[in-house]
Amino acid sequence: MAKVTAGVGVSHVPAIGVAMDTGLTEQPYWQPVFEGFKFSRTWMKESKPDVIVLVYNDHCTAFSAECIPTFALGCAAEFAPADEGWGPRPVPVLKGHQELASHIAQSVILDEFDLTIMNAMEVDHGATVPLSVMFGDMEEGDEWPCLVIPLCVNVVQYPPPTGNRCYNLGKAIRRAVDSYPEDLQVMVFGTGGMSHQLQAERAGLINPEWDKRFLDLLTEDPVAGSQIPHVEYMREAGSEGIEMVMWHVMRGALDDEVTEVHRHYHIPASNTAVGHIILENKS
Amino acid sequence: MTKKDYDDIPGTFVFDADRSRQGYHLNMFCSSLRLAKNREAMQADPEGYMAGFPMTAAQIEAVRERDWNGMLALGGNIYYTSKLAAFDKINFQDLAAMMTGVSRDEYRDMMLNGGRSIEGNRYTSEWEDK
Repeated sequence: MAKVTAGVGVSHVPAIGVAMDTGLTEQPYWQPVFEGFKFSRTWMKESKPDVIVLVYNDHCTAFSAECIPTFALGCAAEFAPADEGWGPRPVPVLKGHQELASHIAQSVILDEFDLTIMNAMEVDHGATVPLSVMFGDMEEGDEWPCLVIPLCVNVVQYPPPTGNRCYNLGKAIRRAVDSYPEDLQVMVFGTGGMSHQLQAERAGLINPEWDKRFLDLLTEDPVAGSQIPHVEYMREAGSEGIEMVMWHVMRGALDDEVTEVHRHYHIPASNTAVGHIILENKS
Repeated sequence: MTKKDYDDIPGTFVFDADRSRQGYHLNMFCSSLRLAKNREAMQADPEGYMAGFPMTAAQIEAVRERDWNGMLALGGNIYYTSKLAAFDKINFQDLAAMMTGVSRDEYRDMMLNGGRSIEGNRYTSEWEDK
């Protein structure tokens, strides 16, 4: 049977992708950002997931203002990195697991989570940067070491889904994976955050105390974390900090009790506090 | 409009349905610049290209002037306006510096020193004396 083994929370700052794509990772500005992912890359190699369910948000790339699905599950065979205005990132195309994706879609819809099904979708830095930081540099012709099922969450137009809804969707995804007959090791990534504000006169807001509390709750008291109201994210962690609701999908897919095997936090990457956590199921 | 619980966050435009409605054509214009062929068309004839989107006169003027906060006030969203910034070869950090009214170096230094503190920046009432 398929099994959820672990969850990863990680920021998806576009500048991190640019730093990797242009060979800046050893510069003093970027070195401490990437230092915190050394452990993670070794851990990924040892853990060998078959599939990653990658929870991320699109930044007006695959979706324009015309269509704003709250949850959109990638059920396509592959997902190409998109041109976001600077040309596509030079990273491999994501290969999906179509049967598992369709199974998850069917299972969670019957579980009353009304997903949008995407049979064609390009992905932006929200999806590619987490893979880059966790797997490391890719050469031309390389493929990502595992299959990826992207789950796109609206956090652009207010309101995003609540933390509670995200947490419970994670639980529904867990039930779907648990009922899938193929032997697969599945990881769930929650991406985005941590505290940051990109817009207007308050841009550059960072709140490390709040971020730390969020990470603590994620590990130790995920139900309390899932109850944080939207206005608290926006006020305390910046208007774009609300991306952190997506981490609750990841946490919901894990056991109630988990082992925190790694945490990394650094300020800044561009406008953002970089946060990263690895949680393993005990079972 | 009804009172919103996020109205008292200073220096912030929450992109809700009201703003989305107001900024729809501005945001569609900005997101169109994601594609190379549209960037080329905008490069060749900015006024002609903008005319393809039924924006208000104020929105068109804000685009012309690259008034980044003005675009947000007129219903723009940062993820959309960042596509116009990318068209100008301005990255997110430099765009943020422009919106906060400081130089690129000052903004970068602020971020390297831990970013903008939350203290004094939670409520509009805290900004009234500024």
